[in-house]
Amino acid sequence: MKLPIFMDNHSTTQVDPRVLETMLPYFTEQYGNAASRNHVFGWTAEAAVEHARTQVGALIGGDGKEIVWTSGATESNNLAIKGAASFYKKQGNHIITVETEHKSVLDTCKRLQREGCEVTYLKPGKDGIVTPEMVTEAMTPKTVVVSVMLANNEIGVVQDVNAIGAAIKAKNPKTLFHIDGVQGAGKVPFDVEAAKADLVSLSAHKIYGPKGIGALWVRRKPRIRIDPLIDGGGHERGMRSGTLPVPMIVGFGKAAELAREEREAEGIRLGALRDRLYRSISSRLPEVYVNGSLEHRLPGNLNISFAFVEGESLLMALKDVAVSSGSACTSASLEPSYVLRALGAGDELAHSSIRFGIGRFNTQEEIDYVAELVVTSVERLRQLSPLWEMHQEGIDINSIQWTPH
Amino acid sequence: MAYSDKVIEHYENPRNVGTFTKDEGDDIGTGLVGAPACGDVMRLQIKVKDGRIEDAKFKTFGCGSAIASSSLATEMIKGMTLDQAAQIKNTVIVQELNLPPVKIHCSVLAEDAIKAAIEDYKKKHAK
Repeated sequence: MKLPIFMDNHSTTQVDPRVLETMLPYFTEQYGNAASRNHVFGWTAEAAVEHARTQVGALIGGDGKEIVWTSGATESNNLAIKGAASFYKKQGNHIITVETEHKSVLDTCKRLQREGCEVTYLKPGKDGIVTPEMVTEAMTPKTVVVSVMLANNEIGVVQDVNAIGAAIKAKNPKTLFHIDGVQGAGKVPFDVEAAKADLVSLSAHKIYGPKGIGALWVRRKPRIRIDPLIDGGGHERGMRSGTLPVPMIVGFGKAAELAREEREAEGIRLGALRDRLYRSISSRLPEVYVNGSLEHRLPGNLNISFAFVEGESLLMALKDVAVSSGSACTSASLEPSYVLRALGAGDELAHSSIRFGIGRFNTQEEIDYVAELVVTSVERLRQLSPLWEMHQEGIDINSIQWTPH
Repeated sequence: MAYSDKVIEHYENPRNVGTFTKDEGDDIGTGLVGAPACGDVMRLQIKVKDGRIEDAKFKTFGCGSAIASSSLATEMIKGMTLDQAAQIKNTVIVQELNLPPVKIHCSVLAEDAIKAAIEDYKKKHAK
């Protein structure tokens, strides 16, 4: 076993060697511009890009022609929501999303609010789940787009997008359904038709492809229109101009193909590793809480709070293991995770959270090493914690008059 | 963000961890500062004899820099008079531990903890 161990596969993933291999010739041999229509270099590049479109489309049950290449998930989310809000502004100005969405959705909505849109931010249940009723109750005749993520990047909670999509379309077929599929596509079953989706954001580097390439799937039947954010040569049917990064696109295509072929087996393997990690920790440590639904969850995700231990101090103990924390101290803003706060877990538990993201290249040996290290580190830090001592003595932490600073 | 060697050293080998037992009575001053919701709580205790801090102990819920700041604080105040200890400024801790700007609040909390412990001791001996 090699140290350090990477167990932060929601932040990014290693490029699969099979993906890298397919990319390499497009740097040094087939380096044409896919928009060059008059020579063989251009034709080869174009054929490779079109093949990748089919591969990425197939991952989500869509058509390759419906794929618009972008620079990544953030751009896809921006393009979907801003593009739809702008194109359909005569239809209405209301947007619905969820408090636990990714910042690239939330901050996009905030900007649109400043520009005159009305936005409803749904509060999910304590388990992180959004119900179809929550969505339809918030819908008005002016609702242009509803944006809900397939799987959450922090707590891994998987939404029932099929039920949500059906409810939206039953109430108003004209309201668009955008799904941020970045964390979920290729990890859990997902099909654009079953979800009645209109727009779906995807990213390559979350599924063992390269960074810097993403896609927005835009439904063609019936045809969905969006205004572009980037104008220029009219690439991507006018929705996203700019020379296509052919090697990255080829890599994305291969990554999507592997994800489609291996998703089921990989899901079972990662789910077993995750359960092993959780059982190993929770059977030895008291006061450990899972954040979000354990049942409706990405197989590789475990987000847990270790009460009375601060998250960053725990990360420091796990220095040979790459994981992340919802603790304020790990972020520039000094605010604890807004996702955990939206679940109403209390700031103390948000400060005590660790996110484990288990991926394709993690082994059982690594899981066992991490579990052992977590248990001994939490025990050590609890010996240092005045809150743990109070808890042991039966003092209710909430009964103390604290002085927030 | 990388931690300074001194923060890591204190985090891995914290000095003076613990609690004075209740029957050690009047000689003890306790400062409890911070809040769980903010992600850090420090409890610093002093044992005073003839106006001097004879011993000090701490427990901290917080990030590595908060643990290091309180560990260093207990080390610094041992042997000081109450007046000397009350003069300690957070900037000394910042310098000693090489804390980055985002961690300065940890040193402030340690300064507050020292002051709160002294105040608690003085309150007990007000008569």
